[in-house]
Amino acid sequence: MGGTGTITSFSPSTGVRRTGRDPWPDPGWCRPVDEGQRAYRAAASVVDPEIPVVTIEDLGILRSVEVDGDTAIARLTPTYTGCPAVLAIELAVEAALRDAGFEPRVERVVSPAWTTDWITPEGRQKLRDYGIAPPAKASNSIRALFGETEVACPRCGSGETARISEFGSTACKALYRCEACHEPFDYFKCI
Amino acid sequence: MAGADTISREELAAFLLRLADDHLILGHRLSEWCGHAPMLEEDLAMPNMALDLIGQARVLYQYAGAVEGRGRDEDALAYLRREREYTNCLMAERENGDFAHTMLRQLYFAAFMEPMWETMLSSTDETLRGIAGKAVKEVAYHIRHAGEWVVRLGDGTEESTRRMKAAVEALAPYVGELFESDDVTKAVAEAGIAPKPASLRSRFDAIVGPIFAEAGLEWVEAPFTQTGGRRGLHGEAMGFLLAELQFMQRSYPGAAW
Repeated sequence: MGGTGTITSFSPSTGVRRTGRDPWPDPGWCRPVDEGQRAYRAAASVVDPEIPVVTIEDLGILRSVEVDGDTAIARLTPTYTGCPAVLAIELAVEAALRDAGFEPRVERVVSPAWTTDWITPEGRQKLRDYGIAPPAKASNSIRALFGETEVACPRCGSGETARISEFGSTACKALYRCEACHEPFDYFKCI
Repeated sequence: MAGADTISREELAAFLLRLADDHLILGHRLSEWCGHAPMLEEDLAMPNMALDLIGQARVLYQYAGAVEGRGRDEDALAYLRREREYTNCLMAERENGDFAHTMLRQLYFAAFMEPMWETMLSSTDETLRGIAGKAVKEVAYHIRHAGEWVVRLGDGTEESTRRMKAAVEALAPYVGELFESDDVTKAVAEAGIAPKPASLRSRFDAIVGPIFAEAGLEWVEAPFTQTGGRRGLHGEAMGFLLAELQFMQRSYPGAAW
């Protein structure tokens, strides 16, 4: 594969120059392009509509992308069974594959079931930077029914936090408050 | 050897529809609290749990539709059947009553489903294994949430204790139906797809018992068991529920957005 994988953008209105990961690095014109890789990269760049700092690759919900002729088949697994973002994500993946020149097909895979352990280390850091405490490693157990999960504040790092509500703004988040810096924050629930 | 291939399509579809109906109808009931909960956090919590239940219902209906092979999709199964064709447990369709009643019912249903999903993690049916893998964790949150409220209300003020005790009385006749056996439950148990409902009773008691103890609540033995839901025989509340649930698809067939 060619290209450096990074891109620099420049905004003339703000004068801000940014360097970041290029979602479309130069595939290298002198070599045959691996269509599977190209399709995967197109699908993997789709972001979560509710947490737009993480991609579906970061979340670990993009299981595979397969190219068969002109058709690219992306297999996705839902995070939570009733996650309303599933459809939006599937449509975004279709659009991304179509933009990359493929005839898109999206399949939903339920087995094996996604767990928050599939979120990549990079995804966990992005969540933290965004102000969402990443999930504890799968320790959810009803045996600890009334026990408290240790959740560190994503802003100040304090472990002195309290749960305000088990169910927050989206199906995947709970609402917490930091007792040290007094900021409320979302916790990505462990599942 | 027992396996998923030793069961008829009709029996497997019937089992899946029961499970899906339980989740759809209870999810619908919970969603009725949206905008009416006693506090904002609960106004988020109950629709969130409803979303879990309806999401679980959707995957079960999709699978049931594929198994029965009559060309019915999830919408046709959820919205276009008649009352007698729904086979949810009667507990699910009961009117919400007050918050104590809603939370206790939620605890009962979650305490029934948690060991059910847990057992189905090793089902002979691969699709159900996948669905169970997700649902078993979601239902753990429901137990914790409802359990905390049962403790808080049962061991709360004079008024909250009175209401929680009334909920225990009111729901007692509906617990037994969850653990009933019939030809369908026998067939799925023999095929290793799902456990016998009766085998879940001790685990249900092991979840509910400590919560009742902490809440200072006494278990009430029902004078009789209300039954019939699995055969499509419902209470008066069901017709009204379906009228609201089905209104849109009946009035505007195929409506989508």
